[in-house]
Amino acid sequence: MIRIVKRANMPKTKSAGIRLLAVLLALLTSAVLIILALSLNPLDVYIALFKGAFGSAYRIREVVENATVLTIASLGIAIAFKMQFWNIGGEGQICMGAFFASFLALNFPELPKLLLLTLMVLAGMLGGGLWAFIPAYLRAKWKTNETIITLMMNYIALKWLTYLQYGPWKDPSALGFPKIANFSDNAILPEVFGVHIGWIFALILVVLVNIFLNHSKKGYEIAVLGESENTALYAGINIKRTIITAIFISGALCGLTGMIQASAVNNTLSVEISKGIGFTAIITTWLGFLKPGFILVVSTLFAALVQGGSFIQTAVGIPQAVAELLQGLILFFVLGCEFFIRYKIVLGKPFLSDRRGIKE
Amino acid sequence: MDVISMKGITKIFGSVVANKDIDFEVKFGEIHALLGENGAGKSTLVNMLSGIYIPDSGSIFIRGKEFKLTSPRTAIDVGIGMIHQHYKLVEIMTALENIMLGQKGQGFLHANTARKRIEELSERFQLGVVLDKKVYDMSVGEKQTLEILKVLYRGADILILDEPTAVLTPQETEKLFLVMNRMKDEGCAVIFISHKMNEVLRISDRLTVLRKGENVNTLETKDTNTRELAELMVGHPVSLAINRAEAVKGKVLLAVKNLTCVNEEKVQVLKGLNFTIRGGEILGVAGVAGSGQKELCEAIAGLYPVKKGEIIFGEEKLVGLSPREIITKGISMSFVPEDRLGMGLVASMDIVDNMILKDYHKQKGFLINRKPAADKAVKIIKKLDISTPGIHHPIKELSGGNIQKVLLGRELEAHPKLLITAYPVRGLDINVSYKIYDLINEEKKKGEAILFVGEDLDVLIELSDRIMVLCHGEIMGIVEAAKTTKEELGLLMAGETQQDMEGMRRD
Repeated sequence: MIRIVKRANMPKTKSAGIRLLAVLLALLTSAVLIILALSLNPLDVYIALFKGAFGSAYRIREVVENATVLTIASLGIAIAFKMQFWNIGGEGQICMGAFFASFLALNFPELPKLLLLTLMVLAGMLGGGLWAFIPAYLRAKWKTNETIITLMMNYIALKWLTYLQYGPWKDPSALGFPKIANFSDNAILPEVFGVHIGWIFALILVVLVNIFLNHSKKGYEIAVLGESENTALYAGINIKRTIITAIFISGALCGLTGMIQASAVNNTLSVEISKGIGFTAIITTWLGFLKPGFILVVSTLFAALVQGGSFIQTAVGIPQAVAELLQGLILFFVLGCEFFIRYKIVLGKPFLSDRRGIKE
Repeated sequence: MDVISMKGITKIFGSVVANKDIDFEVKFGEIHALLGENGAGKSTLVNMLSGIYIPDSGSIFIRGKEFKLTSPRTAIDVGIGMIHQHYKLVEIMTALENIMLGQKGQGFLHANTARKRIEELSERFQLGVVLDKKVYDMSVGEKQTLEILKVLYRGADILILDEPTAVLTPQETEKLFLVMNRMKDEGCAVIFISHKMNEVLRISDRLTVLRKGENVNTLETKDTNTRELAELMVGHPVSLAINRAEAVKGKVLLAVKNLTCVNEEKVQVLKGLNFTIRGGEILGVAGVAGSGQKELCEAIAGLYPVKKGEIIFGEEKLVGLSPREIITKGISMSFVPEDRLGMGLVASMDIVDNMILKDYHKQKGFLINRKPAADKAVKIIKKLDISTPGIHHPIKELSGGNIQKVLLGRELEAHPKLLITAYPVRGLDINVSYKIYDLINEEKKKGEAILFVGEDLDVLIELSDRIMVLCHGEIMGIVEAAKTTKEELGLLMAGETQQDMEGMRRD
């Protein structure tokens, strides 16, 4: 007979050990699959994966670039999740942030660089914030389900960009090709150490969001409200205002992500702007326990895994699906191990005649 | 050997040993009380008898034969039936339908044969259940009797009653005791869990005291008394007197006029309440659970919408103010619900973060300084003897009693002008309960007005200056605590008005 028993609190070192073990088990399981299905040496694949992520300065830059946007979007999602407001609308907020920033970039390309970029950052945050404001307002006013509304608004934002790209914003000089004109140099974020300056934004935001969530009044209100609306009411917290403020900030950070993608990575606006970051950020936020520092680490590892994954396709000659499989397995094992951190499985009969269980 | 015996029962939850090597024996034809403070392991022990928990070690024998009770179904098969604190009945069905629910059978309900058997049982045990009455039309007492009939119908001759009197008026309790005696006479074994010592002394034949998961002693009821039992439960001698503090009555601090509230279904939950509380006075509130106590507390605190009427605090009208404005005026409200957490605390936060819940906004600037709160947390832990691994431990991992102490500590430490406290000692051990009463009395001496919602009538009578009795959202009467009796309060709780009773006296 198998029984599931709740564990007592586990020391931090032990739970960290279990999580590490989960990653190793994931690697081991995929190793078996790699041998069986592809007849390749899994060690070669893993080495290639590592090389793909960190093997050259260029690859490291790519990883940093991807980690930057993932981190900023995850920080935004974390603020919403802390309030137990399930913001699944990161994608849409990224799109709208990019749209607002692009509007400035395309219409005022000759503004001084610093001014234009500052305005674009603000516009991006405003765009994402406003897009998130809509579901937040609906939730605060009529208790609508934010999961569905934020999700649906992703598609509205995406179709809006499609309309722009194929319609009014189509670049006439692109010979009929449906693309939006490239930004002027003034609208492109500068580089620091070979990577666009967004990575510095990300590091600063990790610190700021940490202070905001853990040491500010608003952060405290968000946490109380997330736990129970009744308790928030009892404590005299203005529930509507807290929901709207928190979700505006959440959306603004996603909007900033969109601005960085448009300005520094794509140098223009397109329907591919969000690349699924808004969804991936949900995973990294969870894996980072809604804690900014962990989110930075998890986002970086995730970016490395994606980067390494696309490299092994060409280097070892295996389909991209294998890389995705590996990502999936790691996620599966890491999320699954949380169960073993909270519970243990006991084998054997419940009625024991001996009395070994007793602590003296 | 006509006994049920549990031998060497141990049950461990995580690092908590809920039951440690307990031997427990009940005879058929006796009422056996199980006594102990909250967390002593009473519920854990009987839950293993009713198949809800499985012991980690130990054995259970009924009439000398060993049984392995691995589910509620196997327990009822050997004749063990449990009446839980929360009734498990389907409201829109009749008594008969509820009894027949979930019965193993051939797929058809033979209502007529079943009805005959049920009527016989009801007759034999003098339960007086009306089989065609819908559950939603029943009083709490009737529902409880129905639960008893239900387990009897399933063939139970070992009955476990988990704090059955907590929700009853004194009159309903009397009726329950008659039924329990009847079951005893029919040869059933009755296990009665309670922490009300006077009830235990009245009804039981033998009793077993548990403390910290261990069987302290099994005694003949006739050989013991309140003082000895309290000492056994707590582990050292305790004083059981509430010192009613004499305080100078100040001017009227809170005046409630014609207060009427309706719930979401547009049903009136408070019907035109009128009362006042002076500074230095404790107004007790008695009533069966759900008589409007919660709505009254929340309405004063600004958490429940007021339909009509006024709440005047000092010179100011409170209706329409936000909860925060009301807190700032010096009104503290703590309602301890059945699950202990309710709305006053944040479960996943530590004690420090819970300390600042109501005053963090008074700090200047954008950030919160948690240092004063940490000092306060240390102080309260010491004052109320809260057992916790530290001030930075999530309170949801503390026991119910300790969680409650965190809430009360914070509210008392706020030294409000009006202290509203509902069920502050719910489930707390005797020692701490009396400490809380003393603390409430101290606040009274400082001239605070106190609204004390309680469930133990003895305590209400000893602690309060006046007692207001609620029934179905109406005030049935406000009596002087020093001149009233439990019987009078009981009748008021059951819905007799003071005028009715005076009428009766004249007859």
